Amino acid sequence: MEPLNQWLAALLEGNVIFTPQTLGYYWTGLVTTAQLVFLSLLVGLVLAVPLAILRGSKHRWIKLPVYFYTYVFRGTPLLVQLYIIYYGVVFVDGIQQSMFWPILKEAFYPALIAFTLNTAAYTTEIFHGAIKATSRGEIEAARAYGMSQGLTMRRIILPSAFRRALPAYGNEVIFMLHASAIASVVTLMDITGAARFVYARYYAPFEAFIFAALIYLCLTFMILYFFRYLEKRLLAHLKPLNGT
Amino acid sequence: MADTPIPLEVRNIKKRFGDTEVLKGLSLQARKGDVITLIGASGSGKSTFLRCMNLLEQPDEGDLIVHGEEIHFKQTRHGREPADWKQVVRMRAKLSMVFQSFNLWAHMTLLENIIEAPIHVLGVPRKEAVEKARALLDRVGLTERADAYPAQMSGGQQQRGAIARALAMDPEVMLFDEPTSALDPELVGDVLKVMRDLAEEGRTMVVVTHEMGFARDVSSQVIYLHQGLIEEAGTPQDVLVNPTSPRLKQFLAPKY
Repeated sequence: MEPLNQWLAALLEGNVIFTPQTLGYYWTGLVTTAQLVFLSLLVGLVLAVPLAILRGSKHRWIKLPVYFYTYVFRGTPLLVQLYIIYYGVVFVDGIQQSMFWPILKEAFYPALIAFTLNTAAYTTEIFHGAIKATSRGEIEAARAYGMSQGLTMRRIILPSAFRRALPAYGNEVIFMLHASAIASVVTLMDITGAARFVYARYYAPFEAFIFAALIYLCLTFMILYFFRYLEKRLLAHLKPLNGT
Repeated sequence: MADTPIPLEVRNIKKRFGDTEVLKGLSLQARKGDVITLIGASGSGKSTFLRCMNLLEQPDEGDLIVHGEEIHFKQTRHGREPADWKQVVRMRAKLSMVFQSFNLWAHMTLLENIIEAPIHVLGVPRKEAVEKARALLDRVGLTERADAYPAQMSGGQQQRGAIARALAMDPEVMLFDEPTSALDPELVGDVLKVMRDLAEEGRTMVVVTHEMGFARDVSSQVIYLHQGLIEEAGTPQDVLVNPTSPRLKQFLAPKY
């Protein structure tokens, strides 16, 4: 730890903006952003899989409500959704007396809810498209070999659809990371929130926001690398042999 | 022999798509070891007939008896449907199908394709399924390709792999839906050879094909379909060498 501290102190010498204190803000911001994005993506993914299956149902009363949900959440700005949930929740009768209030009065949870519902809507549509694109012949083969509908979904359709959805889903993850910046407008100290704070304190827009941008770039690079790795492993079956 | 149930029997199958009646009452009986080939011009209904046998298409009328068990149907708003899907699943596991376009599962290696249904439909232990799959791959000459994905194999290899997948089910009857029609001419031979071997070892097969040589050499019965009806049926000698119907004569006449 000691050499690292010395190196940091030397780096920051004569620097008024990037003090250990402001770097601490950025660090807290990074943690908040990571938590917010990771949790909303995780819950969103868990919601999106069954929703995508329902979205492709033959029954109108199953698929229409799901379509309505994805249409509304994809058809309105995330910022508006965040405002509605963050400011609107107070007006729900009895919510301030309920057991959920200690959670909902923090800015973090309304933001988490808004982001989760938003990413779940996009992911549902991505998966729905991928499920619909499953080869008819492969589904027919599954039926001809005695697989039930549920087994066909679990063993044939979903595994092949997930692989097909991977590149589009990788984009959605990056999109969510960048969209999470708007959490700062509801007082959350995420990366952008920290940058706004530093900017206000020192009136140094370039330093404050370019540093934030660099953090986002690093995170994006990590996500890209992770998805490149996944695609290499899971999409091997789409590559002709002479490519390997 | 009298006690063993007949592997597959269909009676008076009728099927219409909208206003066109494509099957007008077709029957067929595949006893153990029979190789029945269905021939006919495109649109004669031969593929639809085959697909009715494992209920990939729902026949509007007719009976289906697999290994002595009659399939139950019920009338619904959308037409006739099997009354008990569990029965259908059980029956499909006894009839395995080889498709014109192979239809191997693209996200699985060839070996995974072969063990998939035995493990998840028949409940065979994984180790046993893998051993059997490797033996089948040897049989169809694909020992080296066990870990290849379908997209990495030629059409002929994919189709032989699909035959191995069908064999892994230990089927009562194998249904072949134009298995060589999507192949380059030089790859047809390998697939036909595997099918001839299967016929020789006494597999019960129903084959829709345009390969007259295969029909002549291997079949125990040839059925010529025309516009949803059986126009002529019998031994290869009767049907292919001494056809009586003028339409069949024309169908068999060399085109060039």
